Amino acid sequence: MVAIGAAVKEPGSTRKNKTGSWRTFKPILDKETCIECENCVMFCPEGCIDKNYDIDYDYCKGCGICAEECPVKAIKMERE
Amino acid sequence: MVLKVMSSNQAIAEAVKLAKPKVIPVYPITPQTTISEYLAKYVADGDINAEYIRVESEHSAISACLGASGTGVRVFTATSSQGLALMHEIIFAAAGLRAPIVMADANRALSAPLSIWNDQQDSISERDSGWMQIYAENGQEALDSVLMSYKVSENKEVLLPTMVCVDGFILTHTVDPVDVPDEEEVDKFLPDYNPEHAYLDPKRPMSIGTFTDPDYYMEARHDMEVAMEKAKAVISDVSQEFADTFGRKYDFIEKYRSEDADTILIAMGSICSTIKDVVDELREQGEKVGLVRVRVFRPFPVEEIYDAIKGASNVGVIDKNFSFSIGGVLHNNIKSMMDVNAAGFIVGLGGRDIKPSHIKEIVEKTNNPSDKPQWIGLNKEEQ
Repeated sequence: MVAIGAAVKEPGSTRKNKTGSWRTFKPILDKETCIECENCVMFCPEGCIDKNYDIDYDYCKGCGICAEECPVKAIKMERE
Repeated sequence: MVLKVMSSNQAIAEAVKLAKPKVIPVYPITPQTTISEYLAKYVADGDINAEYIRVESEHSAISACLGASGTGVRVFTATSSQGLALMHEIIFAAAGLRAPIVMADANRALSAPLSIWNDQQDSISERDSGWMQIYAENGQEALDSVLMSYKVSENKEVLLPTMVCVDGFILTHTVDPVDVPDEEEVDKFLPDYNPEHAYLDPKRPMSIGTFTDPDYYMEARHDMEVAMEKAKAVISDVSQEFADTFGRKYDFIEKYRSEDADTILIAMGSICSTIKDVVDELREQGEKVGLVRVRVFRPFPVEEIYDAIKGASNVGVIDKNFSFSIGGVLHNNIKSMMDVNAAGFIVGLGGRDIKPSHIKEIVEKTNNPSDKPQWIGLNKEEQ
């Protein structure tokens, strides 16, 4: 149910908006090749890569910045 | 009761003084300017305990209103014509955010050609914004409507803003006797605004004015339509309470000698005073003519109008506005919602005088209707 004036009455509601559904290309990270430099972690504009190099596909929009910034090309963008 | 002689603009300012808004952002524009001047004086003199914001445009005026309303206080602004058009973006936002703002609009033609004179195109063009709209016939009604509008807009069943419209110059710059209600009685009728809905309070954090995806937008807009429907009962209740307190009763429409009329004219605003004179004159000559004055235009009082006109043989609707290829908007609204043959007339655009002779011409043409809306008072007949 929408609150009066579409007000958001509790914090954190943005989490309900699973922006991962916007994605066309999905980043696949190969942990064997990965040198754990944290470039992708810091460059990801959505904070979707954690320090274990696991990607949160619920919110990853598939922008490809992680793949672009990876110095050892450990991330491949695959069409969904 | 002491009647004071004043313009509708002063009457509106007196109403605002009594309603005690906390924030008043206004940008002056002819013919609204004297409202902003009276209010500035009242605030400077300490007669209103409000923040008067000297904004740099009408877009900022309504934006400041919306922002202030979002902190949970009563607000007021006023504008006209180009100013209302400049507000357009925030007019829709204010209704969508369900901010119970009350605004006065001094009805004036829209450019081009540039005109400072009266018609109702400015407010009619905002009809789909989600604002309630009242068209006053005189200064007393303008004052009373501002007071009633706060009570209706702030009702938790409604929470939609209201535009109180007065014909530019015809009402804003002419004077008539006005009863300014007693402050204590108004305080009882219209207590302080106690927001219960969306407003900013650090103790109860929430976000207002957020982005919605397609999962929520339609519901939010549908809620507004539900509120607009609910407003009808609230308007009835509030006008009854107003009548019980102050002795003046306002309905959605005013019926003037229309009960047994064969020919009924329908119009809004100050032109109705002229029509009433013509009705009286024609009645003396034995013609059964009457008037239905539409006071509340949104929510649109379909049942009330239909009940008032269904017995008449001929109905003529007079508009001071025009929708291209369609005709007058009031005429169009009536024809779309009721099974009634109604002739449409466009009058008074850009301040063109509407004389009793024009009203008689309209009565004549209503009794011998044509399909197309007719422009009355054109210097060059183009029909």
